[in-house]
Amino acid sequence: MSKLPGYKRREAINAYIMLAPWIIGFIAFTAGPMIASIVISFMEWSLLQAPRWIGFENYRFMFKDNLFWVSLYNTIYYTVIGVPLRVIAALCVALAMNLKLRGISVYRTIYYIPSITPAVASSIMWLWIFNPDFGLANALLGYIGIHSRIRWIYDPALSKPSLILMSLWGIGGMMIILLAGLQGIPEQLYEAAELDGAGLWHKFWHITLPMLSPSIFFVTIMQVISSFQVFTQAYVMTRGGPANSTLFMVLYLYQNGFEFFRMGYASSLAWALFMFVLVLTILQFRGSKYWVFYEGELRG
Amino acid sequence: MMNKKESIKTREIVWKTIAYVVITSFGILLIIPFFWAISTSLKPAGQEFTYPPKWIPEPFVWENYRIALTLLPFATFLKNTLIITILATIGSVLTASLAGYAFARLQFPGKNFLFMLCLSTMMLPYVVTLVPTFILFRWLGWVDTLYPLIVPSWFGGGAFFIFLCRQFFMTLPLDYDDAAKIDGANEWYIYSRIIMPLSQPVVITMLIFNFVNHWNDFMGPLVYLHSMEKRTIAIGLRTFLTSMTERSDWNYLMAASVATTIPILVAFFVAQKYFIRGVVMSGLAGR
Repeated sequence: MSKLPGYKRREAINAYIMLAPWIIGFIAFTAGPMIASIVISFMEWSLLQAPRWIGFENYRFMFKDNLFWVSLYNTIYYTVIGVPLRVIAALCVALAMNLKLRGISVYRTIYYIPSITPAVASSIMWLWIFNPDFGLANALLGYIGIHSRIRWIYDPALSKPSLILMSLWGIGGMMIILLAGLQGIPEQLYEAAELDGAGLWHKFWHITLPMLSPSIFFVTIMQVISSFQVFTQAYVMTRGGPANSTLFMVLYLYQNGFEFFRMGYASSLAWALFMFVLVLTILQFRGSKYWVFYEGELRG
Repeated sequence: MMNKKESIKTREIVWKTIAYVVITSFGILLIIPFFWAISTSLKPAGQEFTYPPKWIPEPFVWENYRIALTLLPFATFLKNTLIITILATIGSVLTASLAGYAFARLQFPGKNFLFMLCLSTMMLPYVVTLVPTFILFRWLGWVDTLYPLIVPSWFGGGAFFIFLCRQFFMTLPLDYDDAAKIDGANEWYIYSRIIMPLSQPVVITMLIFNFVNHWNDFMGPLVYLHSMEKRTIAIGLRTFLTSMTERSDWNYLMAASVATTIPILVAFFVAQKYFIRGVVMSGLAGR
């Protein structure tokens, strides 16, 4: 930096001062805790007693811990089934909301609103909707002639699908991102295709989908990351039950850390989760070159 | 016989009708849970347990809202939520805009590296840092205080807000800076007298997102706030659910849920444009 001319040096110093709060925060609340988390994962620490170094014992225990595997299975189930359904649903809604219809902005608002409902409030609402005896879900099925007492989140076989169904209610944010992507596709592309006699399907498959693929890729990545961290619904609605069928990884981590005060084991669970998310994200980036189309690559 | 122009027109009408029917039916399906919650919240005790359900309460019991919101100290929850939101928002707007300004308009060694580092933290699962951060705040004696939910916002305010500011500042013409520099202004002057006064839209977006995030935040208050008089709205609502489930007063539960959703909806309708802009920007973060 000493090689920089005076005014540039002053600019750089000011830039670092302006970045200082973020850099300090990054060290204190992100990088530092990440490293500390690794160290703690090799300890037994209840916070009441001094920490004790136990090497790989937490990881060895994790490997044998049935509840860890259950929570991993539940989380993967929720992600592998839920994310594609949510992304496809959001894409369909975004396509519909991109139609040139009168009053479409009112519809956009209606489809978006559920996604901003506070998580605890919507969890309580859905708890009532899924009530087997007096809930809305069974009542609506009753109106179309299906009078079965489905137990939804109270049935171990249906609890995860029920939570996925509930998550479909909140795809508004994704819809907005995809809609913005759709509106960014140049109109000339469609006009040119129409001159060549392309039909609706052809235009969707050869223009819309490739042009939208970066947005689809982005929302999928973020969905997988947030889906692996599903917590509030499970904590408020089912507390992991029935029969551990909604015990997700973050819920299990929370229980270990803040209910059983096993800080060491909770940290090793956190790192296991982080590794899964990291590998999944890297795999998605690797896979993206086969289907994600960046316009810049053609120009460049 | 219809001529060609008319048949195209008929086709368009048929097609549009189908589109309206489809998006309206799904729209109704999405809105029904709200009607259901509002309807339950206004029912006299016991009326929520009828099958098939009664959609219009008889009579309307507005009193439910008053009872629901005073069974637990929701006024205190509101006060705590507002304290956290206001103090955290000031810190976040200040420090994120400073960092965003440096990333957008200043030249310095390591800029790209630091910016990529900043972006990558957006993808980091928050639970990775949860346990050590808790231990840190416990060591500082801050557990069961509002500090753990406020102080981190004063250190960068979150990667997304930095990104949001940077993107906005990059759209402002560099000529302003150059002109000010010729007059001898330094970076701090340009930031505070030129850039920030032009940045009302991005500041409003940050205000709204901060408000929504703190109003909805659950894990943070759950981990840090334990005594009743320290709780926030989200965590208080959860407490209300635990205290209600044995009695199953769904009318009160729905009243509290609806009441705590209303401020978010008001914020949305008041500042819809900025709200949507923020969501769209979050979609650009990955490019």
